[in-house]
Amino acid sequence: MSAQHTTNAMANSAVGIELRRGTLVFGDKTVFKNLDLDVPAGRTTCLLGPSGVGKSSLLRMIAGLSPEAKAHKLTADDHAPIQGRIAYMDQRDLLLPWLSVLDNVTLGAKLRHEHPSREKAVALLRRVGLEYEAEASPAELSGGMRQRVALARTLMEDRPIVLMDEPFSAVDALTRLHLQDLAAEVLVGRTVMLVTHDPLEALRLGHRILVLRGEPAQLAPSIEPAGQPPRPAGDPALHGQAAGILRDLAG
Amino acid sequence: MTANMQTAVRAVVTFVILLAGWQMVVWITGVAFFILPGPIRVLNSLVQNLELISVHAATTFLEIVLGLIYGCSLGMISAISLSWFPKVRHWLLPLLVVAQAIPVFALAPVLVLWLGYGLASKVMMASLIIFFPVTATFLDGLRRTDPGWLDLAHTMTAGQSTSHRWTILRHIRIPAALPTLASGLRVAAAVAPIGAVVGEWVGSSAGLGYLMLHANGRMQIDLLFAALFVLAGMAVALFFSLDWLLRHLLPWQPDSLPND
Repeated sequence: MSAQHTTNAMANSAVGIELRRGTLVFGDKTVFKNLDLDVPAGRTTCLLGPSGVGKSSLLRMIAGLSPEAKAHKLTADDHAPIQGRIAYMDQRDLLLPWLSVLDNVTLGAKLRHEHPSREKAVALLRRVGLEYEAEASPAELSGGMRQRVALARTLMEDRPIVLMDEPFSAVDALTRLHLQDLAAEVLVGRTVMLVTHDPLEALRLGHRILVLRGEPAQLAPSIEPAGQPPRPAGDPALHGQAAGILRDLAG
Repeated sequence: MTANMQTAVRAVVTFVILLAGWQMVVWITGVAFFILPGPIRVLNSLVQNLELISVHAATTFLEIVLGLIYGCSLGMISAISLSWFPKVRHWLLPLLVVAQAIPVFALAPVLVLWLGYGLASKVMMASLIIFFPVTATFLDGLRRTDPGWLDLAHTMTAGQSTSHRWTILRHIRIPAALPTLASGLRVAAAVAPIGAVVGEWVGSSAGLGYLMLHANGRMQIDLLFAALFVLAGMAVALFFSLDWLLRHLLPWQPDSLPND
């Protein structure tokens, strides 16, 4: 009930991202130049592209983790800054091994000198199916469980924008499907930008799919698959579409 | 636990075999007792001089422990300062690297001249040789924090009015550096007795190093060996206690070496 309430509150305050003329140069390699990007509020945008094209760099730029990157404009679509409104989830779970699962979930509050709500953290752990592991140390958990803790930590931040960099690529195929369903469920109403190399994952989770390709990289016109995410993994139409995107990326 | 006990049993067996070999050499060669006393004679001397040896051992132990406390504290403080102030690091790090190459033992006579024959010069000596490995390892650990953790902390604290550098140091950089600091502390525990004893050799009126020199001068080689064994036992006990303590304080740092 309370989780539902939070989701609704989030949906009302969801904000999109506006990037105008974003440029990133490493040495003499121009990763992208004058790139424009709009991420719509309250929906999941998946960013696909061949390896090394700059997907993660673009995500890191939005997250404020790329001091080399420059942009004419990088704000939320309500024209306020996006700093402090972003939760970031990496391919690696980035759990601190010396903290318990619960303390990892409440890390952000501790770093901001806020008083973390233990009840909320436990509720989020319950939501990702790990309420009995709250006192465990991360080393005792499997890769999939650790990534669920990372998801709970991301939700604990309660930010309107969630940036995810290949969050499920390090787990086995079955766990990945479960995690995708879980993420789609718990992230409803938030503005999600998810970087992935897997067209099927993008087709399952994205309201909208963007493909980044070329050098310097450019965005292809977006794909908007039919139906609402999470789309069923077994859907043959989805697999056909994924194969098409793969061919496209290869060619 | 059984693996630990097996290791202990193996160590004891090796030790006993070595002692037996030593006694055999003494019996076979008939070497004079004031050149090489056998282990039985050394044990006798240890029992007879137990009180004398204990008094001197207590002095050396105090020097080692105080040296460890000062040297480790100074090393940790300097590592944190060097990681906190990049400008200071640029100026002092090359100096620190060069200073590390100076044989600190060569300073012992000067330390005795400045600080006297008492405890202070030995504690200073031990602190000095501990200082470098502790600073170097801890600083290394502080500079090698997983960038992913720092990125995470950055997004968590972005948009806040105050700086979170200290919080990130305290909650992420320092804990992440503790396993490398632990290696430095192990080295410190191993070299601290050397510092104390070298200090005692240069000039002192108490301590196992003093007792050894004194016994050597009076041809009491059995007493010298007894003192040496007590010193070695103390150093080994200190090292393994610290090792045990560090393992229990840092349980997240798994032992990556296979146990065979």
